[in-house]
Amino acid sequence: MEPLRKTEKDIHPMDDLLRMDRIPHIWCPGCGIGTAVTAFAAGLAKAEIDLTKTCIVSGIGCTGRVAGYVKLDSFHTTHGRAIAFATGIQVANPDLKVIVFSGDGDLISIGGNHFIHAARRNINMLVICVNNFIYAMTGGQVAPTTPLATYATTSPFGCVEPPFNIPYLADSSGAVYVARWTALHVRRLTNSIAEALKKPGFSVIEVISPCAMYYSRINRLGDGLDMMKFYHDNTEIRHGEDTKNLDIGFQTKIIVGKFVDRERPTYMDSYNKWLSGTKKD
Amino acid sequence: MKTNLKAVLTGTHTLSGNEAFIEGAFAAGCRFLAAYPIMPAIETIERYLKRSAEVGATFIQMEDEISALAAVIGASWTGKKSMTVTSGPGFSNMMEHLGLGVMLETPCVIVDVQQSGPSLGIPTRAGQGDMMQARWGSHGDYEVITLSPSSPQEMFDFTIKAFNFSEKYRTPVIIMSDEYVAHKKEKVIIPRADEIKITPRRYFKGQKDKYLPFKRDKDFVPRMVDIGDGYKFHVTGLTHDDKGYPIMLEECQEYNVHPILWKIRNDTEKIIEFQEIGTKDAEIVIVYYGATSGAASKAIKQARDLGIKVGSLKLDTVWPFPDKKITELAEKVKAFVVPEINYGQIVSEVERCSYGNANVVFVSHGENGIDNTEDIVSAIKLALNEEKIKKGIIEYQSQTGRV
Ligand SMILES: Cc1ncc(C[n+]2csc(CCOP(=O)(O)OP(=O)(O)O)c2C)c(N)n1
Ligand code: SF4
Ligand SMILES: [Mg+2]
Repeated sequence: MEPLRKTEKDIHPMDDLLRMDRIPHIWCPGCGIGTAVTAFAAGLAKAEIDLTKTCIVSGIGCTGRVAGYVKLDSFHTTHGRAIAFATGIQVANPDLKVIVFSGDGDLISIGGNHFIHAARRNINMLVICVNNFIYAMTGGQVAPTTPLATYATTSPFGCVEPPFNIPYLADSSGAVYVARWTALHVRRLTNSIAEALKKPGFSVIEVISPCAMYYSRINRLGDGLDMMKFYHDNTEIRHGEDTKNLDIGFQTKIIVGKFVDRERPTYMDSYNKWLSGTKKD
Repeated sequence: MKTNLKAVLTGTHTLSGNEAFIEGAFAAGCRFLAAYPIMPAIETIERYLKRSAEVGATFIQMEDEISALAAVIGASWTGKKSMTVTSGPGFSNMMEHLGLGVMLETPCVIVDVQQSGPSLGIPTRAGQGDMMQARWGSHGDYEVITLSPSSPQEMFDFTIKAFNFSEKYRTPVIIMSDEYVAHKKEKVIIPRADEIKITPRRYFKGQKDKYLPFKRDKDFVPRMVDIGDGYKFHVTGLTHDDKGYPIMLEECQEYNVHPILWKIRNDTEKIIEFQEIGTKDAEIVIVYYGATSGAASKAIKQARDLGIKVGSLKLDTVWPFPDKKITELAEKVKAFVVPEINYGQIVSEVERCSYGNANVVFVSHGENGIDNTEDIVSAIKLALNEEKIKKGIIEYQSQTGRV
């Protein structure tokens, strides 16, 4: 049979930004990662930056697969090391804008050291961290973001470790732009991504996202839609809120917004200053 | 590539192995170093920074060696020749990304200035205990080109070779230095820039949407592009197809990984270099590499003076191992004597390749110092007096000052 001709309607507005030859993607129905990617693609378009000079690096995990679906120069690296890999790219060619897109376990646990040091150095990159409060890809283990008392396969009696508050960690490590949204706040997340893409320095956007497969199931929270309803009823926008106050408990209120937006010389600013000083002698 | 005249310090200089390494790297076109400080490799970073401004090279001190090699691989994809340098404990940390470098087929150079181990060992003492780690330390199957310099001059020359191999085969290359070679100061001759053979990166030059990052050319080696050139390519450390897309199937494992090994195995004859002296009529052949070279050469001379027919095989390339050469020699000679500053690593390769046709005597310099000529000479005599072929490795028991 003759294949159907593609009409104007069949071409997705994000065809240019996504690797359509890899669709269908691996994510479960009701997963929030796809929404975060949609917001990212929209943010890229909105920022009107040179996409040739933009690249994306992911670590490992369900979120770590994002780099593989985005039509930019893209790298799927090792667990936790995306920021380190991206640091090399950015410092070797400062004209490039680098985005790191990965999960909470990847960026904050095994990659936690790279996260704080890249923030401290103020490496010019945008980190988008999908926080589903769990290690999803490996089947639902405790993450460094899992709220106290939450169930996971490695916390059958409820999580006994206090979680990291990602915006506070980013803020105190030196990030110049810090925001948090949920997978429900697509428009605001898009705007935030567009804004952060234009900001020189280390920016962090946390995206609270439902893992319908593990987090919701293990904790009996319903499906992806139920999680979205929960976000709808339990999030509050508080721009400029002190990042100390952004802890998240099990099914407690989630404060979202843009918390930090400041200026600080980037690593390359300082490096080039040193370099021009040396060259004068 | 425009040649930066300041990058090549043409002339004769007195340099340590560590300094000669940096000069070799600049001469080879390296412009990116990411590293984490460790003895006895620190002087390399200091030398690099002393020269980096005039050469136009970038440095970043990373938070550990895991991130240092990650940054190097990322940097290499921007088109900059990139490297990192470390010692044992840091080399252990790098094993994770040695594998990534192999899988992403990314040119880069890693230098391990070996110290004693395991663990912290003695950071200021030379060792050759990481030789097997270089070959097998990262998980999964891989091949890795590994060079072993024995002097500052070789450090300079081999560094250029290492960068050339890494570009030619699109793979990480390791240089196994050690504390002795790193700190030894010697005359190093640096040729004119136009006399140095540089292998440039081999780029894909086709249509922007036609680039396949792992499509192999006839030589098994895929071509590269730089980030920012508009190809919008994808690469992954997962088993992948030519496009760089992950495919979780057995057939793809074979399709992807086997050629990564073969691009090197196929060319071993071109890669392997050694210095073979007096093996024609030799009864005994000393096989050595790196820091034991001084003691080995002295021992050979002493044994010859005693009328013993001793030949030598100095391994410049340790991996891939010169299997064929050893097998060939084993059929002619009575025994091999292998001195190493460890408790037996490369010697087992010599034994493997001998197929029981020659005795293999191991001299451990584990405790007796680098200049222990005496033990090597005694081991040569022992090898000579051994009438029958013995199974396995004959370990020479040192007579000198073993505690
Ligand atoms: C070195 C290493 N250790 C462990 C793993 C197994 N692993 C794969 S993904 C993952 C957790 C990912 O969690 P997160 O970053 O939160 O991503 P998610 O799947 O939740 O999006 C782990 C532990 C690995 N791939 N590599
Ligand atoms: S396991 Fe969870 S995070 Fe992973 S794709 Fe499924 S819903 Fe999403
Ligand atoms: Mg997660």
